[in-house]
Amino acid sequence: MPADSLAKAGATPSAPPAGNAYRPHDLIGTDIDLYLRQQQSKSLLRFITCGSVDDGKSTLIGRLLYDSKMIFEDQLAALEADSKRHGTQGQGIDFALLVDGLAAEREQGITIDVAYRFFSTDKRKLIVADTPGHEQYTRNMVTGASTADLAVILIDARKGVLTQTRRHSFLVHLLGIRHIVLAINKMDLVGFDEARFEAILADYRAFATEIGITHFTAIPVSGLGGDNIASQSARMDWYRGPSLIHHLETVPVDADALARQPFRMPVQWVNRPHSDFRGFAGQIAQGEVRPGDEMRLVPSGRTSRVRRIVTMDGDLPLAQAGQSVTLCLADEVDCARGEWLTSADAPAEAADQFEASLVWMAGESLVPGRAYWLKLGTRTIAARIAAPKYEIDVNTLTHAAARTLALNSIGVVEITTEAPIPFEAYAQNRALGGFVLIDRITNATLAAGMIHFALRRASNVHWQAIEISREAHAAQKGQSPRLLWFTGLSGSGKSTIANLVEKKLHALGRHSFLLDGDNIRHGLNKDLGFTEADRIENIRRIGEVARLMTDAGLIVLTAFISPFRAERDMIRERMPAGEFVEIFVDTPLEVAESRDVKGLYKKARAGALRNFTGIDSPYEPPLCPEIRIDTMAMTPETAAQIIVDYLAAGQSLFE
Amino acid sequence: MNVISDPDANSATARLTHLARLEAESIHILREIVAETEKPVMLYSVGKDSAVMLHLARKAFYPATPPFPLLHVDTTWKFRAMYELRDRAARAAGMELLVHRNPDALRDGINPFDHGGLHTDLWKTEGLKQALDLHGFDAAFGGARRDEEKSRAKERIFSFRSAAHRWDPKQQRPELWSLYNARKAKGESIRVFPLSNWTELDVWQYILAEGIEIVPLYFAALRPTIIRDGLMLMVDDARFKFRPGEEVVERSIRFRTLGCYPLTGAVESRADTLPAIIQEMLLTTTSERQGRAIDHDQSASMEKKKQEGYF
Repeated sequence: MPADSLAKAGATPSAPPAGNAYRPHDLIGTDIDLYLRQQQSKSLLRFITCGSVDDGKSTLIGRLLYDSKMIFEDQLAALEADSKRHGTQGQGIDFALLVDGLAAEREQGITIDVAYRFFSTDKRKLIVADTPGHEQYTRNMVTGASTADLAVILIDARKGVLTQTRRHSFLVHLLGIRHIVLAINKMDLVGFDEARFEAILADYRAFATEIGITHFTAIPVSGLGGDNIASQSARMDWYRGPSLIHHLETVPVDADALARQPFRMPVQWVNRPHSDFRGFAGQIAQGEVRPGDEMRLVPSGRTSRVRRIVTMDGDLPLAQAGQSVTLCLADEVDCARGEWLTSADAPAEAADQFEASLVWMAGESLVPGRAYWLKLGTRTIAARIAAPKYEIDVNTLTHAAARTLALNSIGVVEITTEAPIPFEAYAQNRALGGFVLIDRITNATLAAGMIHFALRRASNVHWQAIEISREAHAAQKGQSPRLLWFTGLSGSGKSTIANLVEKKLHALGRHSFLLDGDNIRHGLNKDLGFTEADRIENIRRIGEVARLMTDAGLIVLTAFISPFRAERDMIRERMPAGEFVEIFVDTPLEVAESRDVKGLYKKARAGALRNFTGIDSPYEPPLCPEIRIDTMAMTPETAAQIIVDYLAAGQSLFE
Repeated sequence: MNVISDPDANSATARLTHLARLEAESIHILREIVAETEKPVMLYSVGKDSAVMLHLARKAFYPATPPFPLLHVDTTWKFRAMYELRDRAARAAGMELLVHRNPDALRDGINPFDHGGLHTDLWKTEGLKQALDLHGFDAAFGGARRDEEKSRAKERIFSFRSAAHRWDPKQQRPELWSLYNARKAKGESIRVFPLSNWTELDVWQYILAEGIEIVPLYFAALRPTIIRDGLMLMVDDARFKFRPGEEVVERSIRFRTLGCYPLTGAVESRADTLPAIIQEMLLTTTSERQGRAIDHDQSASMEKKKQEGYF
């Protein structure tokens, strides 16, 4: 038993009172079969604890693990040794050390990431996300909160409601957690005073109402002493509510309520072991399903009926939210990963423009206008974010204008996806309205987003059917369309070489067109400046125009610095394979600067020109361009010939 | 397995049991990897966690065969009973079984009796890297759980490794909701832990509920043993190197974890059924990994191993 082993390990005065510990069920020893049958119907609750090291958060979690007998003798012995080396409780056992994980973090004496702990009572399995309370780690708390049904917000009874309490409450509310427990901790240090508890409660209630939290449960506790943790404390007989563990065991789980909503299942994988079987595998996000139910696929709009719910244990008569299943439909309908199966009488909507909250989680800030990957459900799609409408200060909860979002900042934005996607509002269903943004170059997860609503419905937008295809346009000109994308520093020689290439193509009877700064900046893009966002929009428009011209069968040449890899790659991806030819005009900065044909480098160096590539704005060279022109090693004429030869070598261009 | 928990007094809704939720989450993870990576593999170590993971894979892709092979990174020093179950389980699942033995360790005769920590380094850590590189796998499922060890509590479900198989605790991606970002650069790979949120008790309960076959060594029986350096070892074959004075004694023992037989400590036990094992586990007072020599040096040793590429 815990108390005995503690005594053996050399207990100190901070050891908990023996009678207070949460004990394993008597049935384990007397009738294990009956016990196991009872255990089979346990439910699962995930929760998060919010608070700082000083609030005794780790101590509280250590306490929960200890009281639910999740700590073994050997761990206790290791803990005792660790407590002497790193502990903050003098010679006492430091429960916090049970949960502070990675070695480097332990040296610093602070938790810096999200850790998941497990414990179990006779009624429930509990998973707790332990996240740091430190100011700069909003990211970690949001991560931990995303999977939690309940949040325990810790308050130090001596200090009351602090700025961080407001911050934690705001984030918990933002992430849609409906069950909030206010654990007023360290009651032992305020003499278990009821008046102190009531005062903090009143304070918090006023604030909670302000931000829209309508319901919470307050419990006075002492993590160190175990009061009101596993059982009601004799030292606070004025408190009539549940102990913390009792509350965690009995609070209803949100996920269960989702079973009553209209059916939604994002298709994860199409199961086709042989030609006679075609099943759509996925985890049901909402509602329930029975064979015979009418389904509508979103966004395709196709309809069918559920024929079977297939599992390895045999077909099911019913499946509900939370289960991973494989559904077979009555008709041979096309349906790929990313589409949703939804109930035909209450189908999901699809849209391509949304308002959403965004929590930025990466060191590299948001670049408005840049294309990112957006992953929602099982769909990954290119998406762009306009400049934030506003940013929310998590400490004061005030709104401020913002041009971007940096690490740990939270804002409200408008998002446009490349095509309509099915969705639900995050407030309705976290699994169907929560998304992440992914960097298209580094693949890092940059942000977490929560959809508020669609800005316009995409269901009425249809592509105009085009009668003359791009193949027909190209065939009429007797050539294969190409986009020759010249990139390089200002003054590297892009325009010079591109002009020579076009002359040669013209002489060969090819139909071409050159887009450069002169014919674009003065017309189509004259509303754009030179900020990062404007430069991205500039390149995006050029890419779109160039692509339309290749649809018309032309060989298009573009000569722009186009400094960012992400935008060049985005245009490449929008083109049919092989039609995008990236030409890196490689000239060292010193050489380009010494040429300084237009005197721009001089101005930039003098500070008269801001955001100038190579000076105060980066240039990202292509990683594997189709053609690299080393201007130090050849004349523009030779370079142009190399490019024309490259085109001639490519299949049908000059047949 | 019970899928629906008893509705409680507060709510009339049917609730999924904790095992049903864990199963659904693991299946979701297995399918995500198959949908988003090019060449996944399942590391199969023949232990109880591997048995559960394999069972979940069969469920996830049923009626198809799981669309990836099993990989056993063999040290040649596993218990004989493990090799038997390994081959049978792979056949039953209809999956390809790849066995990799580090050729360098084989050549140099690396063994747990003479080479100490080097044995684990070469056979397991190096062997695993070799096998992943050899076949070009870009994702590998492993049966590790977060409750096993402190540093694992912070391990992501999708854990990214550089082309050199290094794990950088500061470069791991945040995991929100059930959205996993599986995108990676060429050469990078992902270690995936579908059982992250399972505990030892969950694993046992699931084995019981689903009737999953496990290695008989988990059940108590009379076996030949010796006691060495505080560990009770089983003499599994003729390669066992005795020290002077060591005497083989028949004891009723079982194993709580399985690895290389000369490194895996047994416990004296009479628990020869699953309920008895679970009962013993719930009443015991030492943690699961104590039977493995590998963790004993320092509490942060697992983390060091992980940075070097140990699974």
